[in-house]
Amino acid sequence: MGGFLTQLLHVALMLAAAPLLVGVVRWLKSRLLGRRGAHPMQPWRDLLKLLRKRPVLADGASLISRAAPYLALGATLLAAALVPSFAFGMALAPMADLLLIGGLLALARVALALNGHDAGTPFGGLGAAREMTFAVFAEPALLVCVMVFAVLIGSTNLNAIGHGLADGQMGWRVSLLFALVALTAVALAENARVPVDNPATHLELTMVHEAMLLEASGRHLALWEMQAALKLLVWLGLLAALFLPFGTAAPGSGPFAWVLGLLLWVAKIGLLALALAVFESAIAKMRVLRVPEFLGAALMLALLAAALIFVSTGLA
Amino acid sequence: MGFGDTSYDVAHVLGGAMLLISFVLLYQRRIFSLVNALALQGMVLALAALWQGYVQGAPQLYLTALIAFTAKGVLIPIYLRRLVLQLPPARRAEPASGIGASMIAGFLLVGLSILVVLPATAGARVLAREDLAIALSLVLLGLLMMVTRRTALAQIAGLMTLENGLVLAAIGVAGMPLMIELSTAGLVLVIAVIAGVFVRVLHERFDSLDTSLLDPHRGEGP
Amino acid sequence: MLTLLGVSFVALLALSALGASGRAPRLMFLGSAAAISGLGLVGFLGLPATSLGFGPPWAPAQIAVDALGGWFLIILALVAVPSCLFAAASPPPPRAEGAAFPLFLAGMALTLIAADGFTLLLGFEVMSLASWSLIAARHAAGVGRRAARLYLAFAAFSGICLIGAVALLAGSGLGFAAMRGAPPEGWRAAGVLVLVLLGAGSKAGLVPFHVWLPLAHPAAATPVSALMSGAMVKIALYMMIRLLFDLGGASQPAWWGLPLIALGVVTALIGALRANLERDTKSILACSTLENMGLMTAALGLALVYRGADLLPLASVALAAALLHALNHAGFKTLLFLCMGAVYSLAGSRDPDRLGGLIHRMPWVAGCAMLGALSAAALPPLSGFASEWLLLQALIQGFRVSDMSVQLIAAVSLAVVGMAMGLAAAAMVRLVGLVFLGRPRMPRGAGAPDASGLMRAALLLPAGLTLLLGPLAAVALGGLDGPIRQVLGAQAAAPRFGLELALGDGGSRYMPGLVALLLLLVIGAVFWLVRRRSPLAPSHGPAWDCGFMPPPPHLPFGDPLSQVSAQGLAQPIRRSLGHLAIAPREALVSQPPGAAAPATLRVGGRDRGLTRFLYPLARACRALAREAELLRGLSLRFYLSLTFGTLILLLALVAVLERG
Repeated sequence: MGGFLTQLLHVALMLAAAPLLVGVVRWLKSRLLGRRGAHPMQPWRDLLKLLRKRPVLADGASLISRAAPYLALGATLLAAALVPSFAFGMALAPMADLLLIGGLLALARVALALNGHDAGTPFGGLGAAREMTFAVFAEPALLVCVMVFAVLIGSTNLNAIGHGLADGQMGWRVSLLFALVALTAVALAENARVPVDNPATHLELTMVHEAMLLEASGRHLALWEMQAALKLLVWLGLLAALFLPFGTAAPGSGPFAWVLGLLLWVAKIGLLALALAVFESAIAKMRVLRVPEFLGAALMLALLAAALIFVSTGLA
Repeated sequence: MGFGDTSYDVAHVLGGAMLLISFVLLYQRRIFSLVNALALQGMVLALAALWQGYVQGAPQLYLTALIAFTAKGVLIPIYLRRLVLQLPPARRAEPASGIGASMIAGFLLVGLSILVVLPATAGARVLAREDLAIALSLVLLGLLMMVTRRTALAQIAGLMTLENGLVLAAIGVAGMPLMIELSTAGLVLVIAVIAGVFVRVLHERFDSLDTSLLDPHRGEGP
Repeated sequence: MLTLLGVSFVALLALSALGASGRAPRLMFLGSAAAISGLGLVGFLGLPATSLGFGPPWAPAQIAVDALGGWFLIILALVAVPSCLFAAASPPPPRAEGAAFPLFLAGMALTLIAADGFTLLLGFEVMSLASWSLIAARHAAGVGRRAARLYLAFAAFSGICLIGAVALLAGSGLGFAAMRGAPPEGWRAAGVLVLVLLGAGSKAGLVPFHVWLPLAHPAAATPVSALMSGAMVKIALYMMIRLLFDLGGASQPAWWGLPLIALGVVTALIGALRANLERDTKSILACSTLENMGLMTAALGLALVYRGADLLPLASVALAAALLHALNHAGFKTLLFLCMGAVYSLAGSRDPDRLGGLIHRMPWVAGCAMLGALSAAALPPLSGFASEWLLLQALIQGFRVSDMSVQLIAAVSLAVVGMAMGLAAAAMVRLVGLVFLGRPRMPRGAGAPDASGLMRAALLLPAGLTLLLGPLAAVALGGLDGPIRQVLGAQAAAPRFGLELALGDGGSRYMPGLVALLLLLVIGAVFWLVRRRSPLAPSHGPAWDCGFMPPPPHLPFGDPLSQVSAQGLAQPIRRSLGHLAIAPREALVSQPPGAAAPATLRVGGRDRGLTRFLYPLARACRALAREAELLRGLSLRFYLSLTFGTLILLLALVAVLERG
């Protein structure tokens, strides 16, 4: 019973917090650049405004443009339901496999790419080609990081990993440091953040993520924006669950532990959002053709982490 | 002594941080960033020496840490930065080829050093074995940098990485005498000065820092 | 059982004669479908080892349908039935093709039911020759004929290597039972490994023997392409399992698996990479077959390594990954090939730069193709994800082998497999996006009719299979208990737990049915909530794209140049990774300033297997032949001295051996 309740609360929390997270990151970036910045609730206001509007589909668009937003948001929402936030042991915890989460995010990405192809415009195809190319380099880095955790804990289930790391027996391993750097690079690439893609750009030739959404409007655009925000929250939640696992409520504990877990989770996500805003403001976007190098370096770091974890588990 | 034990963990993380920085050195193209990363590597080496001095109770390692910090963390990078500022902006970056291949080669070298060190040191302390593996990787990565880079400053960076690896190996072993460290640090300073002079000469004679320009002139008199 | 088997074979031979006569081609194909489903039923029910009354002069032929052969027979039937239906719905083929088609099916089935070395090789050769004639009958000259010749050369090569492998294994007799009793050791075992890798590997398309596959598979007719990609490469996989796992004995060392893993992951990477760079829909699918065969071979290698390291549960996970992926791949690859064949016959082209926007005119074909493409891209909850999940888990658990070099190889293989999976997803999105989405690029595509009748049924069968295999992956995995137990021993079992794929008691789990259900639930809930809040129906308007011109009157669907092209979509991957698989060539012809003619950019490349392996080999052969020509014009004395010298050498050898 507790598991079901925490699961429902968790899904509602993720849905409510996702646009708020995007708003907070934008506000922080504005402040760092010396501007006042829009209110952090602005993305929510934008979403509600878009939901009222009628979508306009391009003449060449097909059923894909109408179905892909729902598919992508559904897949991302299911992935969000699997990443723990304030409590372990939610109802869907046995299903929370890291490979499955990666697969669901890949499903959302393919839906986005197909939506980009659908209207038959050149920028949509451009964005789709670039997005799938970045995924080619990001996926091996993610898989090798999953291997590092599997070697450490013995399972790829996110709850088992969180429990194992929260115990504190593992200590500070240098492999985890490398895996953190690698996963951060992958997260930046997957969420179309600087230095891979500028989420606030207006130049179509530099777009990757927005290029595939140029034709979306009305409630479809609202769904895509929500999906992007939810994906960012999923990745930050994943980083928090894997590298900052302390404080999450154990399964079967009462509402007091949940509230504590929630406060700690908000603090962790806030810290990661601040780090993201600082990093995005400090660094310039790189050329599209250099992104494979960037992600290749992340892959090398992940492989290094795997090699060092083999050494340390073999010895100690 | 295993994981969860703070002394082990911190030494472990510092060694890993040095390995991370050497990979950053492999990846960087801009010479300014190279120099900054070199400075960072020197400071992390100083921290590692400091920690080892605290854990082993060997006060000479504190002196080693001070030398590493001043020489490699502060003085040499300042000098190198001044050198770089004399170059026109176009020559402050590496030619853009082979970064991917050198990263793959770097990973293979780390794998090789792990495969070599672990069976050879069976029976020693766990911490020493892992530090030795990381130190050997640093030496090999420094050599790789010297072999694959074209600008003389990047080659100097490789040389310093190599030397940092040797120092890391030395501080990891308890009871290593200090004389070796002083002489090595002095040697590095001398090498850096010589390299600086050499670089000036190259710059003035050929108006470039590309060492491949020297090849046709091998075997000639002055 | 035996009677059903005999009747099916006799039926196939009779249908071959019917096809040779050129009459009633539809009946011939439908009859083939019936015969092969009979064989599939035999595969499902099994047949103990039987000795037929007739056979080669030294011993009568033995046949058996054990669990492993039965699994592959079922796969063959599942691929062949839709292909036969599609062939029945297509225009009648040339007579040579009509004669060879049932023989092709019979050859594959014969290989699977063989229980002695001779029948195995006989079936293999019949399969190779029949498929060669199926390709050669379509093309009298040109690229297709050259592809047929290359295919024949590689088929002969693989046949010779496999004959050698079977000869090395047949110490005491050609029957499988006799071979199992005397497993090879030492240099004999190493020789078997090398020959099986060369023979079955070149048939399966492992690097560097992969160059024929992307040329030969598209050159055949669509149902034959589907059979070749869906069933024939599985026969090669079956040969590997049979010769290395079963007949090679259970006590082979762990390093046997390492060449398989290495070749497998490299093939997967190169296949997936080439699939992104091709300009012909069937070539894209053939390169995707290369990728999937690489993954299956790597899984087999992993199973060998784990078996050698005494980790039986992990070996069964790896073997289950290979066999389940064989079934899943058969499903979605057949579906994709038949859909592209339908596009070719209905929209008139195989070039994606002449297609586009077909989803509006051909919704059934588009829907089936998208299902196949999403499954090929290994997306949950579809079938491709289940078998790739098993493969990834088997790779991740590579750290349990205590040898550090194996652990590092497992980590690097995991990275390469991840890259191959990303490339496969990119290739499928590119294929579907170019062919079905967007706007039509040629008027022929704008007027294409949809598949109907028998052709639609031929597409819906594998579509239904692919759809079922997604959520019900655990049920298919339950069917693998038999083959796994047969190959790895009675302790092994398929890695499932009810309706879940599980890696043992406390290990990771994947619940495909639950994921499918939850996904539908979540999408339904989102749809309902959003539509409640936003009930207005969408309207249509011209494309925005930050400033797009209305189409000119002579191009009612807009200028085809204002859509992405096949090479344009491939550009990021070609620039960053293309040099691994092909030797790229970009030729830019620009015009002088003020000229009205357009500048052209031609991109292309040749496969590195050709430039680094086949062409140097051909050059070396020609050089050798030129040198050998010198031997013709020599004097009589030289020939006598040659014979004399050889005699002296052999006598000296005898003297040395007698002394020691």
